[in-house]
Amino acid sequence: MNAVSESRPQALDLEAAFRESHVAEVLDKLGSELVGLTPVKSRIRDICALLLVETLRRRVGLSTQAPSLHMSFTGNPGTGKTTVAWRMAEILHRLGYVRKGHLVAVTRDDLVGQYIGHTAPKTREVLKRAMGGVLFIDEAYYLYRPENERDYGQEAIEILLQEMENHRDDLVVILAGYKDRMDRFFGSNPGLSSRMAHHIDFPDYTPAELLDIAQLMLRQMQYTLSAEALAALREYIERRRSLPSFANARSIRNALDRARLRQASRLFGQRGSALCANDLVTLEAADIRASRVFGEVEREAQA
Amino acid sequence: MRLTQGTFSFLPDLSDAQIGAQIEYCLEQGWAVSIEYTDDPHPRNTYWEMFGMPMFDLRDAAGVMQEVSACRRTFPNHYVKVNAFDATRGVESLRLSFIVARPQEEPGFSLIREEGPGRQMRYTLRS
Repeated sequence: MNAVSESRPQALDLEAAFRESHVAEVLDKLGSELVGLTPVKSRIRDICALLLVETLRRRVGLSTQAPSLHMSFTGNPGTGKTTVAWRMAEILHRLGYVRKGHLVAVTRDDLVGQYIGHTAPKTREVLKRAMGGVLFIDEAYYLYRPENERDYGQEAIEILLQEMENHRDDLVVILAGYKDRMDRFFGSNPGLSSRMAHHIDFPDYTPAELLDIAQLMLRQMQYTLSAEALAALREYIERRRSLPSFANARSIRNALDRARLRQASRLFGQRGSALCANDLVTLEAADIRASRVFGEVEREAQA
Repeated sequence: MRLTQGTFSFLPDLSDAQIGAQIEYCLEQGWAVSIEYTDDPHPRNTYWEMFGMPMFDLRDAAGVMQEVSACRRTFPNHYVKVNAFDATRGVESLRLSFIVARPQEEPGFSLIREEGPGRQMRYTLRS
């Protein structure tokens, strides 16, 4: 009590603490590099605010237990879960909640062993590698296979739980996966769910956001779209969304990669004629319209 | 008799924080840290028993410290040392090795006298 009243006159500068941590740069990068995802971004901002206040509280000597920072990211494929996890590791590092700020991305194979007694050392080794950073478990629900009661995944989950509790200040665990399957996974492992401080849901992208993402990717790859190609891409996104196995930004990336392939072979086909630099960077409507997506939707309409 | 082997062995025993800081340095250099134990600290006993696998790809000392305390718990009356292996081409050997745990009572060494051929006397150390 005494300590608090003594240090109260000393002005606490949240702004200064914010600037000191250089976390603003990461947040800006998050804002500019990731299109859409408004609920995710605001949630991350909330977490940042909480952690900054915690830091100040600690500085004043108020009691703070190390906050639990384990998170679960749920969302459809290609919604940016892994990318956000990388940023999260950086943010936590800058705020001083993890010491090294590296991210160890693993899946079931890296945690679960093949025979009795293999799982525990394997999981522990991964956990040791992740200490001081963030452990990102992609498609975490594969750890739990209810149909096989002798599955070693359960053992991995138990070790994970134990370490998450005991090494709270050494390790942050992020579980990621598709929404419905993660819900079922947490439903059957309530201990795990209750240890997750933050459940962040990644929404699907709207067509406009997907188009923005496409243009951002093209800028990074140093390509441009002709006006007709832009219209074709807009139409492509509409059609692709309605098809099964649509994976948001990942589908867009793959579509652009294939368009680049077609552009290259189109240029190669007309290699007799003169090329200018502009031809090399421009994707034409034909490159996009040759996609099987345009064919398939029509075929479905006919059927 | 206090065993003096490896780095820092003429200093007082390192605290856990100091051990952590040394390991942190090793990891920063990109060395792989491993833990070994023995009950026979004879100078010629170069290879002590390994406690678990050498730890590659670690970034933080917390993981090694966890193993160190596990090893101390398992072998409370043994010598335990931490090794840092540098895999750089051309080096490929230990860069740092220091004792992190000792038995409560260190028996030290004793001199053994042995009679050889032709009444020759030979001496050797036994730990």
